[in-house]
Amino acid sequence: MTRQKVLVLYLVNSALDAPTIAWAVYDGTGEKLHMAGDSEDVPYATGLAALKDGWRLFQASQLNPHARGEEFDIAYLKYEFWFEQLVQVIP
Amino acid sequence: MSQALPLLSSAQMARFVARGFLRFDAVVPDEINARFMAEAGEVAEPKAGERLMKTYGQTLAANAIPEVAAGTPLSRTYPEGSAISQLLDLPLVRGALQSLLGDDPMFDHHFLHITFPPAYHAASGGESVSQHTHQDSTIDPRQAFDVQVMYYPHKVTRPMGGTRFIPGTHLRKVSEVALGRYQNIRGQQHMVCEAGTLLFLHHGIWHGGGVNLSDRTRYMFKIRMHASGSQVRRWDLEPIEPRAPQRPIFYTKTASDPASVAAILMTPEPWFEQDTGRLEFVNRVKLWRYLSGDPAFDADYWMTRLEAGT
Repeated sequence: MTRQKVLVLYLVNSALDAPTIAWAVYDGTGEKLHMAGDSEDVPYATGLAALKDGWRLFQASQLNPHARGEEFDIAYLKYEFWFEQLVQVIP
Repeated sequence: MSQALPLLSSAQMARFVARGFLRFDAVVPDEINARFMAEAGEVAEPKAGERLMKTYGQTLAANAIPEVAAGTPLSRTYPEGSAISQLLDLPLVRGALQSLLGDDPMFDHHFLHITFPPAYHAASGGESVSQHTHQDSTIDPRQAFDVQVMYYPHKVTRPMGGTRFIPGTHLRKVSEVALGRYQNIRGQQHMVCEAGTLLFLHHGIWHGGGVNLSDRTRYMFKIRMHASGSQVRRWDLEPIEPRAPQRPIFYTKTASDPASVAAILMTPEPWFEQDTGRLEFVNRVKLWRYLSGDPAFDADYWMTRLEAGT
């Protein structure tokens, strides 16, 4: 039986080898419940470090132009990268 | 009379503009903390099969904290002699609110946040989890800001969770818990504090309740309030002149005064992205212009450069 682990990294710019500033982990195996505020330690220093550890990148945020008049409006973290690991679990 | 209050300094105001919070540890006297805990009331022991929200609702219904209509003048919100009335009358609190909101703030809402130990979640069939990180209310495009006072009436240890907040996030225009997927952000802080600690927050700061893994129920009382008039130049303007000459930027050989308004406003947070971190600086300058009433104020030339030739 296969389950998915998901890692989301937020980097300081759009380069995958840029430093991590925020992160989230969702463990589909049920082995560990991750939640808001549960860690002070960056799991991977960069997105590239996650790749080197076997995580598969499956989505990266787009770079969108800035709408005229809204150039200084900032909202959500901009450089979001989604990774997965497929894990075999024993039912 | 208001001039006799301990108003916030320019450095404190600049820190609030830059980081979105001011923290005052153990400033509420023990007798007020004890009175508040008595007014808040005890939570019933966990009961197998009973929904936690029912326990919560019963606690709120039975306690002595009043139900108050939004839009009530803050000065008329709490009965005289009550714990919160006494808290709001502390010179430090009056001075901070005067500095941030001006005269006669208005009450928006309040809430008694109770975070239950694992035994309650186990009894109700739930899990102990932290609250998703969020920004309160809804998308708020104003330059003006509301203040949320978080009051910690008893000691909070790290296992008890505490409020988690991310300094410097308050100027981001997001939609409530849309950002809930951000589990951890560099620079996040957890309120571990002594009894009687107060946190004054800009309404936009990203925050959430930490999971309580201790055996003691945790209380935090929040009051949201807004200005009824001008927020311009209401603090103690003496210690630092808000308008100082521009300092050298990028190519610098000497350190500037770290207590200057410019230095405080230009201090990044650990979570800043490289490009939007500069937009944070721009937005801090805009907020300082609003508060200082000085439309030409700038720090490190971020606005002047954008306005040159226009």
